Amino acid sequence: MLSDYSERLDGGRHCSMIVRRGVSLKLTDLSGGSNVGMMIYNAENTTERLNIPDSLKCQHTFKITQGNCLYTDMGRILCSVIEDSAGWHDATSGTCSKTHLDTKPWAKETFQESRNDFLRNGQDSFLVELGKYGMSAKDLVANMNWFSRVDADSEGHLALAAPYPSGTSVTLRFEMDAIVLMHTCPHPFNDSLTYPKTEVSLHLALSDAVAEDDACRTNCAENGRGFTNTELYYFGR
Amino acid sequence: MTQLDKHLMQDQQPQTIPAGGYWLGILPKGRIIRLTDRHGNQAVDTLFFNADDFSERYSAMQTIQSQRSLYLTTGSILRSEAGNAMVEIIEDTCGRHDTLGGACAAESNTVRYAHNTKTMHSCRDSWLLALNTELADLELTKSDLSHNVNFFMNVPVTPEGQLTFEDGVSGPGKYVDLIAHVNLAILISNCPQLNNPCNGYNPTPVHVEMRLQ
Repeated sequence: MLSDYSERLDGGRHCSMIVRRGVSLKLTDLSGGSNVGMMIYNAENTTERLNIPDSLKCQHTFKITQGNCLYTDMGRILCSVIEDSAGWHDATSGTCSKTHLDTKPWAKETFQESRNDFLRNGQDSFLVELGKYGMSAKDLVANMNWFSRVDADSEGHLALAAPYPSGTSVTLRFEMDAIVLMHTCPHPFNDSLTYPKTEVSLHLALSDAVAEDDACRTNCAENGRGFTNTELYYFGR
Repeated sequence: MTQLDKHLMQDQQPQTIPAGGYWLGILPKGRIIRLTDRHGNQAVDTLFFNADDFSERYSAMQTIQSQRSLYLTTGSILRSEAGNAMVEIIEDTCGRHDTLGGACAAESNTVRYAHNTKTMHSCRDSWLLALNTELADLELTKSDLSHNVNFFMNVPVTPEGQLTFEDGVSGPGKYVDLIAHVNLAILISNCPQLNNPCNGYNPTPVHVEMRLQ
């Protein structure tokens, strides 16, 4: 019987999975400089999904790191960041589209030429995975970019910071049954001369029940109310 | 005649959107709309759709990504999910508009403020009512509501990555002019939020007007 589960994801690939409430997902950047695009939906009602504006404003934060929660548009918590050795993950730059990829100086490799090393983009990756759950382009909303730090200056100009080293990890504890879409396509602000093909690992494990004094629950009063909303959703089950 | 025709904007017919109200307008390609913050620091929560194909909608992410900047002001091109230019800010006496903060909703109010705010009026309630009345023929749903623009709102980011909500950028009579690059459907919720100091806890009316230039 499965007690935990690991998977590796090459650079420029995509996958999806259902992660149950009470399961933690640890992402580890094996290469350094990775970017993991992620979208999250309530598995039993996909009209409820990750809402980045609500997540940022209720925690008064621009970056996502340990102690933060990711909220749905219904005031509930999809997952909590219970461990983070990076310190700053981007939530506002969106994902790289095919049109945007074509503006990069990267080789235009197709499957015919390169087999599974052909260059994928984040938006098409999400669209493929969305299709597996009956969703489509209208379900594309703001996504997480794990392992990418984007700074804003006083005028709001954005810049991708130096990459994090190999071994950097972040662990998400899921508070709802969720459909999780992931890709390892480059961050849209990655201006490197070659398409960055970096590898990450995914590790799923069972997590402990969320204590009353849990660090994410008590990180701010807003998160306390968010946990109550989420527990109400599952009340009686 | 479709359900949308009565919303086609006309010259020299300025309209007032009361606080807490919603408004739907169709702005033809090449025409200009002026939004005026009559009393100052009012949040004008705005969604844009291509009036000929509502599946094309404003994307905050593509807009931020394309200009590599968070704030919207003169010269900002507001883009769709596919990256196409939908509408452009050509004049702006306010100087900065937000597209990070999203819209208020009953459920997010319970997180941000208190559980007893759940039945207070919100922008998302306005939009959902619009979808199920004025726009009912199009059979749009909650999933068609993406992240919006908050005209006249200021949401600065600190160097440490904190998000702050400040007032003081807009003021009575400040306006923004936008030119449509497609036949544009504009869905505005004039924000009814009573719990946020951004608007001085006092939502106020705004003006919309179509202009030739």
